[in-house]
Amino acid sequence: MSTATTTSAPNSTESAAKKPGGFTAAAANYIDERTSVSGAVKEFGRKIFPDHWSFLLGEVALFAFVVILLSGSFLTFFFQASMVEVHYDGSYVPLKGVPMSVAMSSTLDISFDIRGGLLMRQIHHWAALLFVAAIGLHMLRIFFTGAFRKPRELNWVIGFVLFILAMAEGFTGYSLPDDLLSGNGLRIIDGIIKGIPLVGTWISFLLFGGEFPGDQIVGRLYTLHILLLPAIVVLFIALHLVFVVVHKHTQYPGAGKNEQTVVGYPVLPVYAAKAGGFFFIVFGIIALIASLFTINPVWNYGPYDPSPVSAGTQPDWYIGFADGALRLVPPGWEFVLFDRTWSFNILAPLIIIGVFIVLVLIYPFIEAWITGDKREHHVLDRPRNAPTRTAIGAAGVTFYAAMWAAASSDLIATHFKLTMEGVIHALQAMLILGPIVAYFITKRICIALQKKDREIVLHGFESGRIVKLPGGEFIEVHEPLDEYERWRLVDYKDYKPLMIRPNAKGKITVGQRLRASLSRWFFEDRIAPVTKTEIEQSHGDHH
Amino acid sequence: MTESTKPKVRAARKTGRRHPLATVALLAIGLVFTGGAYTAFSASTASADTDITSQQTIDEGKKLFTANCATCHGLEAQGTGDGPSLIGVGAAAVDFQVGTGRMPMQMHGPQAEVKPVQFTDEQIKALAGYVASLAPGPSIPSPELVDGGGNAANGAELFRINCAMCHNVAGAGGALTEGKYAPALSGVSGTHIYEAMVTGPQNMPVFNDMNISPEDKRDIITYLKYMQDNRSPGGFELGSLGPVAEGLFIWIFGLGTIVALTVWITAKSN
Repeated sequence: MSTATTTSAPNSTESAAKKPGGFTAAAANYIDERTSVSGAVKEFGRKIFPDHWSFLLGEVALFAFVVILLSGSFLTFFFQASMVEVHYDGSYVPLKGVPMSVAMSSTLDISFDIRGGLLMRQIHHWAALLFVAAIGLHMLRIFFTGAFRKPRELNWVIGFVLFILAMAEGFTGYSLPDDLLSGNGLRIIDGIIKGIPLVGTWISFLLFGGEFPGDQIVGRLYTLHILLLPAIVVLFIALHLVFVVVHKHTQYPGAGKNEQTVVGYPVLPVYAAKAGGFFFIVFGIIALIASLFTINPVWNYGPYDPSPVSAGTQPDWYIGFADGALRLVPPGWEFVLFDRTWSFNILAPLIIIGVFIVLVLIYPFIEAWITGDKREHHVLDRPRNAPTRTAIGAAGVTFYAAMWAAASSDLIATHFKLTMEGVIHALQAMLILGPIVAYFITKRICIALQKKDREIVLHGFESGRIVKLPGGEFIEVHEPLDEYERWRLVDYKDYKPLMIRPNAKGKITVGQRLRASLSRWFFEDRIAPVTKTEIEQSHGDHH
Repeated sequence: MTESTKPKVRAARKTGRRHPLATVALLAIGLVFTGGAYTAFSASTASADTDITSQQTIDEGKKLFTANCATCHGLEAQGTGDGPSLIGVGAAAVDFQVGTGRMPMQMHGPQAEVKPVQFTDEQIKALAGYVASLAPGPSIPSPELVDGGGNAANGAELFRINCAMCHNVAGAGGALTEGKYAPALSGVSGTHIYEAMVTGPQNMPVFNDMNISPEDKRDIITYLKYMQDNRSPGGFELGSLGPVAEGLFIWIFGLGTIVALTVWITAKSN
C-alpha cells in the first residue's frame, strides 16, 4: 500500500480527490504538497536492504533502546533522586522503619506500591541488559565480517562509542536505587578513582561532593542518566543510522552481489513491515522476561551502608570485564615510593582495559594501514576468508571472556565445587595464554575451511556414490556445485604481503619496514581464491 | 438447579444407607485421630522427657559416641589429629552438626558437607546430652527463640551487616577461600540457624550473646523465615545470585530467543 502512496503522490495535483485512491491518496497528496516529502519517500522507500538474520542485531539494540526510553520515562515519574534520609514506610515488611535515602525508598515504592511499577522496573533493567548484549553481538558481527572497512570506519567508531555510552548509561542507572549493591559498585569506582596517582583523591571528592558516599552522588548520576547520556546516545544513534543510509547496507557474497549493486528487499513495504513487526516481537520478549524473572531485587539488598558487602556482589554483565580485571591482579602490586602509595593493582587493569578499548576503537584504521587497501568494500568477508582478522577477533574475545569470567570467580567456585584460588589462577593463565592459543587455533581452522572450500569448488562435493569403471577402477562420484553456491565460495578479495619499496627519495623508512612485516604477518598464510581458469581446468579433468 | 438437587439429597439421606466410602472415611478419621494423638503425646514427652541432662540419656549418648564419633574425636571426646576436642562445645554444636547431617563426616575435605541425617532425633539428643555433660557449653535454644515471631526488619539489617558478606543478602550462600564456602540458608530450620550462630561451625565465626543478643538472633531467624515463606515478588529468582545469573540469562535465553526469531524472520519462504 505504501508503494501506492509513492506513485500517486507526484502526478496528482487536482485530480487527487476524484481518484479511486480515496482518502489515502488525498491525504498523501495533501502532505506532499506542503512538505515535498515524496522525494524522500521515493529515495528511502526504494532503499534496498539485504536480508540476513545477522543484519537485524543492530535493530534489536535500537528497539531495546526504545523500550528503555519508554519504561525509563515511566520510572522518572516516581523515582526521586535524593539522598535525604527517611524511614521506610511502605508495604515491604522486612524493611519497615529502616532508615534509608529517598532514592531507595522511592525505588521500593515503585516496586511495591505503584501499580505496574515493578514490571516497569524489570522491563527497564532487562531491556538495558539486552541493549548492551545486542550491541555486543552486533559489533562481533561487524568485526568478523569486515563490515568496518572503507567507507565504514567512522561508523565503527560511532558504534563503539555507543557501546561505551551504553555501559555508562547502564552503570549510572545501576547506581541510582542507592541499595547495597549499587553502593558497593560506586565504592569500587571510588576506589579506582582514588587509585589514580596525584589527581585521584581530588577527582573523587569532586565527583562525590566530599568524602564517599556523601549525599550528592545519586542526584548527579541521575542527571547524567536521564539527561546528558541519553541525549548523546540518541545523537549518536541518529548519526549511526544516517551513515548506514549514506553507505548503503553491506551484503554477504553471492551470485549477483557486488560492490555496485545491493540485492535485497526495498524498505517499503516489505522491510518496513518486517522491521516494524520485529520491534513488537523484541518488546514482547522483554516484557515476557520482565514479567517472569526477577531482576535486581533491591528489597533483598536493603539500603546502602558502607560497612556490609554481600557475597556474590557483581556489577551488571557489561561492567563485569572491568571487575574481573581487578580480581585477576596478583597480590602485592601496591608499593610506596616518594612517600606515596602507587596502587598498580588498580592502575594495571585500568591501563590494560584502556589500551584494549582504544585498540578495538581504532582497529579499522590499523587494518587499513597494514593492508594498504584503499578500495571501498560493500561485500562482506566470510570470516574464514580473512583468517588473520578472524584470529585476532577470537583472541580479543578470549581475552575479554577471561576478564568477564573472573568477575564471577566466586560463583564459579561454589557452583563447580572448585577453590576460589584455583579459579583465579586458571583465569590468570587464560588471560595471557588463552588469546595466543585462540589466535593460532582460529587461524588454522580458517585456513583449513578455505582449503575445504577450494577443494569443493574445484572437485565438487563427495556424493557417497561409488562407481566401478569398465577398467575395474573404483571411483567416488563428486557432484559439482551449482553456480550460485560456487559464487559464494570464490568471491573474495585476495591480499598479498606488501613488498618493501624505497620511497621517492630512494629510502626505506622504519614505518615501511614495520608495515611490511605486519602485512607479512597478516597475509603470509593464505589460500588464493579459485580462478576462472582453474575452474575450467577442473571441469576438463573430471567430466 | 438447587430446587431439583435438594430432594435427591434428602432422598439419599432417608434411605438410611451408608455411602460406600463411609467406611473408608471413618477409618481415615480414626487413623488421623490416633496418629495425631500419638504425635501430640510423643512430642510432649519428647520436649518434657528428653531431658538431656538425665544420666540415662548421657549413658546412651556415650555409647553412641564411642561407636560413631570416637574414631576421630577420641574416646573421651578429647580430640585427635583427625578431629577437634568436643569438650565445652555444648549440646547446640552437636545438635547442629549431627542434626544437619554434617557429622559424622563422610570424608575429609575443605569442609563437612550437608548430607542425609544419620541419627534419629532421640539419638542426636543423647549425643548432645553426653557432650554437654563433659563441660558447660551453648545449649539447644528454647522454641520461642527460633519461632520466627520477631522483628523481620531488624533481623534483615543485622543479617546484612553480620551475615551477608559470606551467605549473600538473600541467603543464597557464597564462596570462601580454598574451596570452603558459606552454605545457602534456604530450608534451614530456625534451631539450626540459632545453633550455628552460637557455636560457629566450620569456618563460621561465633556470634555470642554479647555480640548479638538472643532477641536479635530471633529477629535474624524471623527474617530468614520471611525469605523462605515469601517468594520474590518479581518472579523467578534465578537462584538469588545477582547480576551474574541475570547476565547469563539475558545472553543465553534473552538474546538466544531473539536471534532465533531473527533467523525466522529472515528465512526464505518455501
